[in-house]
Amino acid sequence: MSTAQNPSGVAHGDPGPTSAPARPPRGRRALHRARTWLPGLLLVSPSILLIGVFVYGMIGWNTRLALSDKHAPVQEGEFVGFVNFVALWQEARWPAAVANAVVFTVVFVGGALFLGWLLGLLLDKGIRGEPVFRTLFLAPMAVSFIATGVVWRWLMNPAPAERATGLNALFVHFNLDFLVNDWWTAPDFGMAAMALPAIWQLAGYIMALFLAGFRGVPEDLREAARVDGCSEWGVYRHVVMPQLRPVLLSAVIILGHMSLKVFDLIIAIAGQQIVADVPAVYMWAMVFEVRDPAKGATIASYLLFAVALFVIPYLVWTVRKERSEGR
Amino acid sequence: MSQSAPERVIAPGGRAAGTTPRGQAVKFTVLFALAILFLLPMYVLFVTGFKPFAEATAARAWSPPQVWSLEGWETAWTALAPGMRNSILVAVPSAVISAVLGSMNGFVMARWRFPGADTVFTLFLFGMFIPYQAVMIPLQQMLVSAGLMGGLFPLILAHTVYGIPICTLIFRNYYASIPPTLIEAARVDGAGMLRTYASVVLPVSAPAFAVTLIWQFTSAWNDFLFAVFLTGPNSWPVTVQLNNVAGSMVVPYNQQMAAAVLASLPTLIVYLVLGRYFMRGLMAGALKG
Repeated sequence: MSTAQNPSGVAHGDPGPTSAPARPPRGRRALHRARTWLPGLLLVSPSILLIGVFVYGMIGWNTRLALSDKHAPVQEGEFVGFVNFVALWQEARWPAAVANAVVFTVVFVGGALFLGWLLGLLLDKGIRGEPVFRTLFLAPMAVSFIATGVVWRWLMNPAPAERATGLNALFVHFNLDFLVNDWWTAPDFGMAAMALPAIWQLAGYIMALFLAGFRGVPEDLREAARVDGCSEWGVYRHVVMPQLRPVLLSAVIILGHMSLKVFDLIIAIAGQQIVADVPAVYMWAMVFEVRDPAKGATIASYLLFAVALFVIPYLVWTVRKERSEGR
Repeated sequence: MSQSAPERVIAPGGRAAGTTPRGQAVKFTVLFALAILFLLPMYVLFVTGFKPFAEATAARAWSPPQVWSLEGWETAWTALAPGMRNSILVAVPSAVISAVLGSMNGFVMARWRFPGADTVFTLFLFGMFIPYQAVMIPLQQMLVSAGLMGGLFPLILAHTVYGIPICTLIFRNYYASIPPTLIEAARVDGAGMLRTYASVVLPVSAPAFAVTLIWQFTSAWNDFLFAVFLTGPNSWPVTVQLNNVAGSMVVPYNQQMAAAVLASLPTLIVYLVLGRYFMRGLMAGALKG
């Protein structure tokens, strides 16, 4: 047990009796401490086991699959290195799916951040009917992406004007024909339209995050800026917003990691149509239609890698910051 | 821990500078316009759901029904009822089990720490953010070779296990607000860990249980990814059945919309009735307690 050599490592946040007046010998002290924390470790151990097997074990297994040539479920699969990872980029479908995911991510993250921030800003000072507005804007969060997809597929129906439904019909009705468009079926920026339902669903969440952030800024800070001659907008720009960087970061992480793995919404709106293909849908097709475990695992590995790239630094930073703030 | 911050209704300082009546009116107008936009999909869902088959056409897309009909709802209910049942049978047990595990973990990680607790906690949290695609193929293979595929068990297992991280986070942040002296006092009185947990911590845990149960119920109910990978026709939850109803070209719009509303009702009702706790779960999801 390493703690016998380094008892100070144990003291980290340990509420145990660390400053006993009469100091027993080192080994006994470590043993005594272990007796206090060991039950804690035992209580957590079922979860450690589950997370260890089902998160990290499965990720390891998936990586091994991705590095193998198991291209059919019955095949054994030999280690082939990064062959699958390279091969993906040489086909047409994968780069297109990645490009779609990027367009979707940019529009979705940007749109939800802006709309959420705007809603938070408008509600911050308190306004008549605030609870109603908040409840309404946040309500889509309680609904599944599939249900959202059902109604938005109807709204974004690309049928031509004379038999248009949804928003196109509304545009025609109000003589706004120039707004009539192909929505998500447009070849180049269809994914931007696909981001609209996602923005509708998540903007309220971002609003709630910003609202909590705005209201967490002490009023005397704002007041001081006002006394210094800041306009109300200046107070937001120079006092409130800089305090909200952590909120912004959380919001970007949440939206970003949802966006990269977007699946339900695409399936509900476009099914497997190639114009709206994204990595997660591609991976699903590999498992259920093509039945190529190695390729499916490779796509999954790329997804994991993309998410891990920014989530891991964020997590380490958050937990460290918390610890240093003495929580 | 600012558990109360997100739901604080009254802005600090009340109507301070910069909220002239005109400014208020402009803000209200913008908010009202946005609210109309947000309501459009909801209007479509309800109005189309109440249309009889003959009216669910492109020409009358945005008009309210001339004849209010329940036919869409009846057909949708028949199609979705088995899925609703499956969803309840999955969401309830997995919410309860992961909440209980989360409570124990949260207590230890906040107030009965062991060496390396922070590392374990960080490793748990990562499990909250991973794309589940990265575990899906092995998980499926494992369940198949263990002969466990077919019923609802795979889905219950998945939601329980992958719900542990967020539940741990919510409880840990909640328990961090229990004064350490309270725990210390129990210790001095000779209470062991389990006694301390049962007599000091559990009695004040109700709000955190509400938050985690609601969060877990909602995410299990709304899940589609695990469902398509881990269930078959007999064990499809409501999201898969809704997608089947809506994805087929022959189903008229009134039924599709009614089905979407029905499938969303349980979580919407939970949100409207227990919104406060729903909010806290959302805030925890942003690691903000």
